[in-house]
Amino acid sequence: MTQTIDTKTVKHVAALARLGITDEEAEKFSGQFSAIIEYFNMLNEVDTDNVPPASDIANAENILREDDVQPSMNREEFFKNAPKTERGYVKVPTVLGDE
Amino acid sequence: MQLHNLTIRAASEMLASKKISSVELTQATLQRAHEVDSKIQAYVTIADDVALEQAKQADERIAKGENITPLTGIPFSMKDAISTRGVRTTCSSKILENYVPQYNATVTDKLADAGAVLIGKTNMDEFGMGSSCENSGLFNTRNPWDLDRVPGGSSGGAAASMSAGLCNFAIGEDTGGSVRMPAGFCNVTGIKPTYGRVSRYGLIALASSFDSIGPMTRDAYDCATVLQYIAGHDPKDSTSYKIQVTNYHENINKPVKGMKLGIPKEYFVAGMEVGVESSIQEAIRTYEKLGMEVHEVSLPHTKYALPVYYLLLFAEASSNLARFDGTRFGLSVSKDAKDVVDIYLQTRHEGFGDEVKRRIMLGAYALSAGYYDAYYLKAQKVRTLLRQDFENAFNSVDVLLAPTCPTTAFKLGEKTSDPLEMYLSDIYVVATNPAGVPGLALPCGFSNNMPVGMQLIGKHLDEQTLFQVGHAYQQVTDWHKQNPGNR
Amino acid sequence: MTQYEAIIGLEIHAEMLTNSKMFCGCSAAYASAPEPNTYICPVCTGLPGAMPVVNKKAVELATLVGLALNCTINEHNTFARKNYYYPDLPKGYQISQYELPIASKGYLDIDTPSPLAPLPKGEGNDDSLRPAGEGSGMRVTIRRAHIEEDTAKLAHEKNSALVDFNRAGVPLLEIVTEPDMRTVEAALDYATKIRAILRYLGVNTGDMETGVLRFEANISVRPVGSEELRTRTEIKNLNSFRALTRASAYEIERQIKVYENGGIIVQETLGWDDVREVTVSQRGKEDAHDYRYFPEPDLPPLRLDRAWIESIRAQLPELPEAKTQRFVTQFELKEKEARFLTSEKALADYFEGVVSKSKSPAKTVHSWIAGEFMRYINDASMDVKDVPVAPESFAKLIDMITDKTIGASAGKTILTELFTNGGDPAQIVKEKNLAQVSDEGFILEVVTKILNDNPKEVEQYLAGKETILQWMMGQIARTTKGKADPNVARELLLKLLEERRK
Repeated sequence: MTQTIDTKTVKHVAALARLGITDEEAEKFSGQFSAIIEYFNMLNEVDTDNVPPASDIANAENILREDDVQPSMNREEFFKNAPKTERGYVKVPTVLGDE
Repeated sequence: MQLHNLTIRAASEMLASKKISSVELTQATLQRAHEVDSKIQAYVTIADDVALEQAKQADERIAKGENITPLTGIPFSMKDAISTRGVRTTCSSKILENYVPQYNATVTDKLADAGAVLIGKTNMDEFGMGSSCENSGLFNTRNPWDLDRVPGGSSGGAAASMSAGLCNFAIGEDTGGSVRMPAGFCNVTGIKPTYGRVSRYGLIALASSFDSIGPMTRDAYDCATVLQYIAGHDPKDSTSYKIQVTNYHENINKPVKGMKLGIPKEYFVAGMEVGVESSIQEAIRTYEKLGMEVHEVSLPHTKYALPVYYLLLFAEASSNLARFDGTRFGLSVSKDAKDVVDIYLQTRHEGFGDEVKRRIMLGAYALSAGYYDAYYLKAQKVRTLLRQDFENAFNSVDVLLAPTCPTTAFKLGEKTSDPLEMYLSDIYVVATNPAGVPGLALPCGFSNNMPVGMQLIGKHLDEQTLFQVGHAYQQVTDWHKQNPGNR
Repeated sequence: MTQYEAIIGLEIHAEMLTNSKMFCGCSAAYASAPEPNTYICPVCTGLPGAMPVVNKKAVELATLVGLALNCTINEHNTFARKNYYYPDLPKGYQISQYELPIASKGYLDIDTPSPLAPLPKGEGNDDSLRPAGEGSGMRVTIRRAHIEEDTAKLAHEKNSALVDFNRAGVPLLEIVTEPDMRTVEAALDYATKIRAILRYLGVNTGDMETGVLRFEANISVRPVGSEELRTRTEIKNLNSFRALTRASAYEIERQIKVYENGGIIVQETLGWDDVREVTVSQRGKEDAHDYRYFPEPDLPPLRLDRAWIESIRAQLPELPEAKTQRFVTQFELKEKEARFLTSEKALADYFEGVVSKSKSPAKTVHSWIAGEFMRYINDASMDVKDVPVAPESFAKLIDMITDKTIGASAGKTILTELFTNGGDPAQIVKEKNLAQVSDEGFILEVVTKILNDNPKEVEQYLAGKETILQWMMGQIARTTKGKADPNVARELLLKLLEERRK
């Protein structure tokens, strides 16, 4: 399975990941991605028909915490790193449309 | 003896016997850092005030004879991916260039509790994405052994801070060789502990299911000392092991005679630098002389470790790095932003370097509709096979020995044009991370005057054996004692 | 014209009543937070390096709901990341459950039948499983219920938006049905029943206006008799039953019109404009739905053992359906009456409290509670659980009416007095002199006086305007302050009027 990642696909994943991208960048990444994905396709050689995914394996299970309220963080402390705040809120530009 | 090349053990003895105070040791370290680091650029931030304050407190503890640990008063450096309250934590990214965390990582707290002295935060490949430190969004770090060469990565600043004598131990972090590979390039001892042995809370995540914080030291003994104080269950990290931490020094002086050393044949293939291969073979002979049984073993899926590792890393990283959106912390670029989406696009475009962008995009690709099964899920399945490879090998041997990198440190700029070629330099170190097993990197010789590293790979949670076998080697060799100043 | 039927599936997002948030120790009581951004920490504001830890109570509550909805509790269930960008989502992903939710394959029986079509074929949905009985309703299949975290609150300003992270990370349970419902009435019935169950379980307050319970409706239409499932649309953030019904009805009509005009429906997410009462498209971006789910690497799987699940099952209270049936048999109420009483646990408990203290028939207690009691608390916008009248007092009051110590109108007066000032009903009767009088001499005197004082009305009555009788009864009640036994009064009134006719 060979596939090239064209600039349209690059721009699509950039949009999915909310990364601004220029045409030149899309061009550059397109070539690099095709080579990398080609390399990844090596995995197709491996027979994994009866193999469970490793994401099901964990160091532990049922790690739960009691439902106790812990002290919260100071708002001013939180706001020290926030680019814009107003009246106790974090301020962002207009939100157009839904998520 | 020069202060800046002391082991933890030696420095701790001097502090205990009051030959020197922690403030004096810290001042000397800081002074050297300010003098030498302009050439090496290991540190992103040198935290003079914090260091001196912690040193003063350490001296008080020592004076009172209360609550003294082997790390009390000892200067260390910390990879800039680990959160330090009040001390800038950048991940060597423009997006976090001015970010000062409001809280401490668990590891930061543990080291403070032990009385260690934070000298500063070390440079790295941006968010840990790289093998040479050249992907730092801030500046390059140079290899103290040859300033034209890279220190390795991603914990390159940490390794350089050790080999240049800018601290007595360093805290690195290994997602796919990021402690072991630079340790090899810089002639430092370093461990990637079992995944889940050290809390990740406060470590700015690269790949959550691989990330392992580990110390870099002058020898295996010190490495055990530091790990002892940072390992353990953390209620804030649900993936940390609840199993009690073993005493890493307990067996360290026991002879290794009769133990079984496995040599994975897949790691010895064409393309290895001649000097690297001969150093590794020499190390194997040293172990034979120490009475270890040497067996060839097979880890048949080794060649798939790299694609498995990178695919899963890309996927996890693309999600982990979504929070850097310019609204709550870090860089925020909002030129003529008409919509909140403009802030996301502009901030992430300007804040992330190319390698980060590549990985975020490829991760989004691997997880996106229609590709999930072919890439992410497939990689998780092959990952299961990689784990089984190790389990099978450890049925017949106690530890595995392999090189950390096919070459010694390469020149700056040598591999930056081809991302895939850069990925291939991780070929020997990545398999342990998807498998979760621990790996201890040790200096084992020189090739063309540059250090060669090897790694011992152990069973899950069996760091004790790694330290024992590593220490035995360092009792009969002195590669680890070499530094750019004495060789 | 083609006849259409609607295919409706519902998703319910219910906040779970825990003390702390889903993945951190911050208080979950965001509604009572003193200021915005005060119940926050590195975890729920998505600071770099922070990690989630699962709230045990939330797992228990989710299990409880799953069991109440007849679901299979998945012993092995996992968390997953749902990746998307929005300023109310601090991490850039929501921790949710995807492939392995905590509960799946349950059902809820509703009373509203599916009038136009047989039940959809599928597991748990064959007609034999319909609740028995004539005109009975239908079984709504619950596809799954999973745990996730709530988002922050966004306030949209003119050229900006303000974010408050107090709500970010509050535990949510998302309950998803199969597209089983065929009418808006069925959807409303289902939603109402789910709300009641959540309240019974103490999982959610059900206070819709505060946003703790939110609906999403998936809607498509097709010609009656057709088996195909056509393109559906999804209406988000329906925060009231009214919005749910109006939006669904509107969307069904809209889709039918589109088909009738030869158009096609595109799969999209819609919002409901409460003011204009129309559904509006919220996003058309083709990437919008690619959430790139993958297992959450920061959280190990949950492995719930059988014994633990059974211990949660043991905590299940009697649910509305069972309680209704019991009320019908035990108290000889009509199903409709019982259903009204069990619509809220507090109301059912109050009713049972009064019945247990009262000598009067349960039916009488029901009519007082359904009547005067409800009128009072509705007028006062009072919650049943805040009612200050002890069931004992109410029982005493009803018993006095039953044994004719007082009349019905005096009963109303006393109930109002109990609500406003409290006290003992018998004492109030004494103080206010409200005891019913059946003494004919006294009542005769009053009736005679009223007839003498109102000759014009007497004339009208005699001329055939019988409705005037009711007015006269009112005069008697007014003059005697409701004390006159109405039966005696009526008898005497008729007698005297007939005498005057002669």
